[in-house]
Amino acid sequence: MKAIYQSTVGEGLTLTDTSYCPGCGHGIIHKLVMESIAELGKLGETIGVSPIGCSVVAHEYMNVEMCEAAHGRAPAVATGIKRVHPNHIVFSYQGDGDLASIGMTEIVHAAMRGEKFTTFFVNNAIYGMTGGQMAPTTLLGQKSTTSIDGRKKEISGMPIRVSELLATIDGAVYVERVAVNTPANVRKAKQAIKRALDVQQRKLGFSFVEFLSSCPTNWGLTPVNALKWVGEHMIPYYPLGIFKQPEEEK
Amino acid sequence: MAERVLMKGNEAFAEAAIRGGCRFYVGYPITPQSEIPEFMSHELPKRGGTFIQAESELGTINMSYGIGCAGGNVFISSASPGIALMQEGFSFLCSAEVPLVAMNVSRSGAGIGGIQPGQCDYNQVTRGGGNGDYHIPVFAPSTMQDAVDIIYESFEIADRYRNPVMILADGMMGQMMEPVVLPEPKTLYKDEADIANYKPWALTGSKGKANRNRIKSYHAHPAELEQYIDYLYEKYMRMEKELQRAESYHTDDAEIVFVAYGSMARIVREVLEVLRKDGIKAGMIRPISLWPFPTAPFEALNPEVTKVVISAEMSKGQMIPDIRLALKDRIPVKLFSRTGGIIPSTEEIVAFVKTLRKELK
Amino acid sequence: MARFLVKFLRDRCKACELCISVCPKQILEIETDLYNKKGYHPARVQPGKDDECIGCTSCATICPDSVISVFDTTKE
Repeated sequence: MKAIYQSTVGEGLTLTDTSYCPGCGHGIIHKLVMESIAELGKLGETIGVSPIGCSVVAHEYMNVEMCEAAHGRAPAVATGIKRVHPNHIVFSYQGDGDLASIGMTEIVHAAMRGEKFTTFFVNNAIYGMTGGQMAPTTLLGQKSTTSIDGRKKEISGMPIRVSELLATIDGAVYVERVAVNTPANVRKAKQAIKRALDVQQRKLGFSFVEFLSSCPTNWGLTPVNALKWVGEHMIPYYPLGIFKQPEEEK
Repeated sequence: MAERVLMKGNEAFAEAAIRGGCRFYVGYPITPQSEIPEFMSHELPKRGGTFIQAESELGTINMSYGIGCAGGNVFISSASPGIALMQEGFSFLCSAEVPLVAMNVSRSGAGIGGIQPGQCDYNQVTRGGGNGDYHIPVFAPSTMQDAVDIIYESFEIADRYRNPVMILADGMMGQMMEPVVLPEPKTLYKDEADIANYKPWALTGSKGKANRNRIKSYHAHPAELEQYIDYLYEKYMRMEKELQRAESYHTDDAEIVFVAYGSMARIVREVLEVLRKDGIKAGMIRPISLWPFPTAPFEALNPEVTKVVISAEMSKGQMIPDIRLALKDRIPVKLFSRTGGIIPSTEEIVAFVKTLRKELK
Repeated sequence: MARFLVKFLRDRCKACELCISVCPKQILEIETDLYNKKGYHPARVQPGKDDECIGCTSCATICPDSVISVFDTTKE
């Protein structure tokens, strides 16, 4: 009997049940990242950095050595770790409040310096852990606890497209945006993770994958409808694709 | 071998850090300490170390946390407002038990203030500007040789307690030149691949380990967090016992005892000589550890002999509460203070003492 | 014996129903008369529908809790 899809619980993921809400995209992305690292045989040589947000506890589930970072500072922390262990796989795993709000300086400068780690950026257009406030990636008109009549451009500006922004930076050698709203897109997301980790291992520079993900609880939708919402509302504003890749890949 | 050289303070501090085992430096330009990142940018790589200029002091403290988590010995430096930006980071490092050596070459005034020397970060460095119950040992060198020796020793202290250590100097010390004896270079671990043996708790990858290491600060369960805080407090109490350091000068027969640290202590030593020549018995207690504050020399003072204690500071009396606590108010405490970056002269302090003695008669 | 076997780590399931929504053969369901360790009704293959599974692994791919593994019983 051959496994054609083997759950990575007990290998890439620990045996600990996650604290994430039913249907939360974090779970899918944790699984993909850890499946990818396990398939590279590098679980023992990987160090991760978790953010402040729902996934602050990612180290309870990701079966690699990890530390937590202060809100927004994971790229600086990952910089430090990678400089100490240049041959290890190092990644930061961050949400949109962590990366695109308080942490924008850190991610931009890590990319500018061409730090050779990978950032996995989970864009679910809301602050999850604190109960559903507007994030820099919250869509126009999207309701949140700090934009109860929907985000308004005049007072909160337009949502920020982080992948496009980072792709303008020379040191960012690999930048792709993917989504986890359908099995097909999830498979593509895993390929993006592998490409990013490959760029890191070849020491070409900074690599970045943005995942469009869901937050059923704070969007007030069922898990199934939340993934539909990603497809119908987020993808049109946040187009999927590779925004930057090493020369020879083109 | 130990070498005697004439060096600028900031450069001597950096050299001492390298010789003390620092293999990583992270910094950001801010007067009056910018010579430290400048020196590190060209010297550290020559010694096989790594220099990083961060995007800000927030970047600095968080990169140093990352380096510390990964087991690297790291030194960072800044000045007053820059150190202010790092306070959340210091609290975070203490909560996660990550060692670090940080230096504040302090300047004057709140906010931007001035770029001349000051000692007005006393409360911030001894009480901690970050959130939560935590402590950071603070050492205040007075001469450049003091600074070199303390920095040289500080990496082992930080590693021993798995906690940040702060060295408080000031702009005068950083900018002046003075001969110093540089100690023998020390290696704390062979190279980064050797870290796991030197620091088994560090993040070096789970390969070959029974359990993977994790470094965290967030605690979801109150009972677990309280237990963890109690554990940290046992460590802080150990620091309080083991790290108290001070020097006393002519305090046995002194009717007036100054309390001064850092650059101020150098000036007061001259004041003692002038006063003694004038037949006024004056002495000084020089705290070297500001946290834990050295209580023993104060307990040794005899109110029958010492009539007044003068806190001599380049700040507005920030050290007085600690002095009064250590004295248990057995002797009245007066303040001699200049701020704004003004460095008092010996004559000025001598005059202050003379008018004070008239008032006390 | 059905060619494909879909196994669930039932105590990890949070009944989010994503697997049910993506199964092209619509053969998954929530087992409403069973509670798992967390108090959720876990997902399962509808009884008797095992042989309709085409082994596409969409369910396992979308699952946020790595509950699902899929096996081909005809291969080693």
